[in-house]
Amino acid sequence: MRMICLSVQFLAQYKGVRPLSLAGHVGFDSLPDQLVNKSICQGFCFNILCIGETGIGKSTLMDTLFNTNFENFESSHFEPQVKLRAQTYDLHESNVRLRLTVVNTVGFGDQMNKQESYQPVVDYIDRQFESFLQEELKIKRSLHNYHDSRVHACLYFISPSGHSLKSLDLVTMKKLDSKVNIIPVIAKADTISKSELHKFKIKIMSELVSNGVQIYQFPLDDETVAKVNTAMNGHLPFAVVGSTEEVSVGNKMVKARQYPWGVVQVENESHCDFVKLREMLICINMEDLREQTHTHHYELYRRCKLEEMGFQDTDPECKPVSLQQTYEAKRQEFLVELQKREDEMRQMFVQRVKLKESELKEDERELQSRFEQLKRLHADEKSALEEKKRLLDEDQSSFGKRRAAAQLLQAQSLTANGKKDKDRKKALICGAYWISLFAILYS
Amino acid sequence: MWTLQSCGSVLTLSINADLARPCTDLFGYVGIEAVLDQMRRKTIKAGLEFNIMVVGQSGLGKSTLVNTLFKSKVSRKSCTPNYEEKISKTVKLHSVSHVIEEKGVKMKLTVIDTPGFGDQINNDNCWEPIVKHVNEQYEKYLREELHINRKRRIPDSRVHCCIYFLPATGHRLRPIDVEFMKRLGKIVSIVPVIAKADTLTIEERQEFKEQIRQDLAANGIRVYPQKEYDEDPEERILNDRIRESIPFAVVGTDKEHQVNGNKVLGRKTKWGIIEVENVAHCEFANLRDLLIRSHLQDLKDVTHDIHYETYRVRRLNESNMNYSELGLSTWPLENKCESDSHL
Repeated sequence: MRMICLSVQFLAQYKGVRPLSLAGHVGFDSLPDQLVNKSICQGFCFNILCIGETGIGKSTLMDTLFNTNFENFESSHFEPQVKLRAQTYDLHESNVRLRLTVVNTVGFGDQMNKQESYQPVVDYIDRQFESFLQEELKIKRSLHNYHDSRVHACLYFISPSGHSLKSLDLVTMKKLDSKVNIIPVIAKADTISKSELHKFKIKIMSELVSNGVQIYQFPLDDETVAKVNTAMNGHLPFAVVGSTEEVSVGNKMVKARQYPWGVVQVENESHCDFVKLREMLICINMEDLREQTHTHHYELYRRCKLEEMGFQDTDPECKPVSLQQTYEAKRQEFLVELQKREDEMRQMFVQRVKLKESELKEDERELQSRFEQLKRLHADEKSALEEKKRLLDEDQSSFGKRRAAAQLLQAQSLTANGKKDKDRKKALICGAYWISLFAILYS
Repeated sequence: MWTLQSCGSVLTLSINADLARPCTDLFGYVGIEAVLDQMRRKTIKAGLEFNIMVVGQSGLGKSTLVNTLFKSKVSRKSCTPNYEEKISKTVKLHSVSHVIEEKGVKMKLTVIDTPGFGDQINNDNCWEPIVKHVNEQYEKYLREELHINRKRRIPDSRVHCCIYFLPATGHRLRPIDVEFMKRLGKIVSIVPVIAKADTLTIEERQEFKEQIRQDLAANGIRVYPQKEYDEDPEERILNDRIRESIPFAVVGTDKEHQVNGNKVLGRKTKWGIIEVENVAHCEFANLRDLLIRSHLQDLKDVTHDIHYETYRVRRLNESNMNYSELGLSTWPLENKCESDSHL
């Protein structure tokens, strides 16, 4: 009965195709195995984004979920802005290799003004979609080797106030619900009692519904898991407790948190919903989360992005427009714009050259005038010096003449007037004697 | 079914060739391997599409072979006495689709027949309609992929496999075979088979196959499984074994006979019954295993990842489409301005 129903669904896709019955075993039922083998060779990848306030237990929950010790840094409460930290790990279980990327928000909810807190998260998610879109639109692309970094699941940690959602939670979830699969969880659920928890969950779900937030619903279309998923949908949001420490309970070591009043066991379903979360997130719906991200959220992003760039499937008369036509039109536009900018730049360049040229000419003129000035100065000095030299030469020559004349005279007087000389000498000595006498008497 | 209790999991520390990422130990069972089951379920629910083309002269048993492969009346034989259509002047392609199901796995099988191929007196360019058809399917897929509003699942009509029928002459490849396979080998996965192999003895068959392999190598024709696309050593070993035994010598039939108390598919002749599924008689079982049981997914992957991508690159280059030139961001334009302003 079930097979026939499924066939009808499958057939509905193909109109006018008749079903055929097989007379024996053909063998294409091994296709799922072929596919699985190929995937095992390639490996899987999964990306989780954890949003929550600092200290709410995001890293601990990741450690507990994946039963391992990721490198964790304790963040301070004084971050000026919300940042995201992404870390990638390679996990290995039996023959399955999983490349897990855990993205944590750092400093979420710590700022005084939380209006823009959601923006870095939205930007991060968009960046991942963008890089995938870029890869898909490349001419030479390698999609089967591409490391998919798009966020597949977003765990939103609600703090266990017991009352209702904070407005920051509502705003953030509303911004993210069309971009990523949101799974809200109540963190540190060991601080709420069972009855409070029940009321809290109902309050949260009704607030989400009344604000139109679309959280991820576990899929109900596959019959093998529909029942489990429906039940789990009713338990949302999961109240979780994370712990990597082991405490002995009975005769086993279990992951738990030890308090003076008792031990909260993580994997005990009556203590918290951790097992449900692990089952839903990893064991049953991991593939569906990835598929939803690709076929729903990514397609939405792609459509919006391409429409923003001006591409359309149909032009105003509703005739199908090929991408090529739009592309050609855009390309022309782009080239025209490029040409315009080039012309502008050329003009600017020409102007600048002119300016520089005139400046340089100005400088040249100035320099020239200064040179002339200096030359004149130099010429003046030179002529002054020449004048002086001439005078000096004249003096020299006249002095030379007088000396020559004096010498001549001396020579003449020596030979003629020897006596005159003696008398003169005597007179001179007497004179000198009287002068010195007066000097001594009157000193 | 998936299991939740911690069955003894194997913890392995694998030395990652990609040393940039730490390989982390798991301390206990997490349940990651349940993703395999999830994939299986998804495939079974989604079903698959498979398109196979059969090319060869009329009378080589193409329809019979397809019917034997899929154990149902997929193609109608064109040479029954009641069939009145004349042999067409040009090669016309004729495709028929069926939905078949086995153990929950549903498949839409499309068989594309090529009546008239190689039947004319002048067979120049008889491959052109076929090449055109293959490229048309790629073009259709490309258009769908480039739409803004894409369908959730793009209908896949690309030819995943082309079975080329070689008549059992026992000598070597004929010019028409060489020309066809040269051209088609570049755009689609070709699986050559020797048709009506019950006319060859085992020795003749071996010689013929050897000769064909030499001819293929001499002409640079690449048939499926192509050597360049082997991804890891295991696959290479497996595919080498296959490459050593292609082309498969097949016999097709839809009649059953009794042999040693079992009902087997076979052709009854005066000198014995040729059991189609007996590996000692003919290589039909090898062909079936290759096409369906082991390499079905691989055929689809090679078509999608390699042949389609090649077509896409060629097509986008032809129309000079380069989206990053338009600037999905305006990065290239801004950078150009900055560098030019340092004048």
